[in-house]
Amino acid sequence: MRMIHWFKFSAPSTFYPLAGKLIPWFWALFAGFALAGLWISFFVAPTDFQQGEGYRIIFIHVGASWMSMFIYLVMAFWAGMGLAFNTRLSGMMAQALAPTGALFAFISLWTGALWGKPMWGTWWVWDARLTSELILLFLYIGFIALTRAIDDSRRSDKAGAILALVGVVNIPIIYFSVKWWNTLHQGASVSLTRAPAMASIMLWGMLFSAFAMWMYAVAVALMRVRTIILERERHTDWVRELLLDRS
Amino acid sequence: MHWNSFSDFIAMGGHGLYVWGAFGVTALAMILEPWLVIRRHRAVRERLARQLRAEARLEQAP
Repeated sequence: MRMIHWFKFSAPSTFYPLAGKLIPWFWALFAGFALAGLWISFFVAPTDFQQGEGYRIIFIHVGASWMSMFIYLVMAFWAGMGLAFNTRLSGMMAQALAPTGALFAFISLWTGALWGKPMWGTWWVWDARLTSELILLFLYIGFIALTRAIDDSRRSDKAGAILALVGVVNIPIIYFSVKWWNTLHQGASVSLTRAPAMASIMLWGMLFSAFAMWMYAVAVALMRVRTIILERERHTDWVRELLLDRS
Repeated sequence: MHWNSFSDFIAMGGHGLYVWGAFGVTALAMILEPWLVIRRHRAVRERLARQLRAEARLEQAP
């Protein structure tokens, strides 16, 4: 029974209105987490004894970097589901996530450069962490370019899925780069296996802004997937009814 | 609260350019992306509705 229930929502015609109903809730969660995160970032977290106020960039840098990797994994998961089960929605989800993932990879690199300049004395170094994150941005851009270059949606989904799945190998490289190689970039700020190497209020600030970015990513991806659904299902009866009723 | 004044807050202990450059661009990106997505959704809806109405008219025509 459960399985049937879930497969029902994987039909674009049922998912389209469901996504429409969910989007405002994700925006509300985003607003709450973002306000809490910004409040801690600027008014609660104390001045760092080594880095002064410049370290406050950490509150967006870490969240954006996490999201850039996490969105890639989710995108590759949907791409893989599409390849394995040929479900129509999977490829659309993967394509809806890619631009938002690319945006977070860009924010991660941008905030990292603005943090690196005052603290390391340079905007950029070719160390393993920075380089592998740049490769992640190129993987996103490559995925977007490849899927847009192929008109036939089934072939475009398939080609994109293969690229996305091959690129997954880059995610552990980014994550463990600071352990495997000698990098200018510092080690992990938060780890699942040991106590965080920072004051708990800073941890909360980072977690709130990361949650805010997570909710943002879900909201934007749902909005984008609705557009993709309409375009791909334009010849179906339910889209005809939906669009002719309203206008 | 550790800011004595608003200008103190803007200066960020001499790192204002970096901190606001990071937060500003992030905020701009997170406003611009949903705006573009909404705009495209509306455009696609309108275009498809126009096409469907035109098709419906053709079917009705004798």
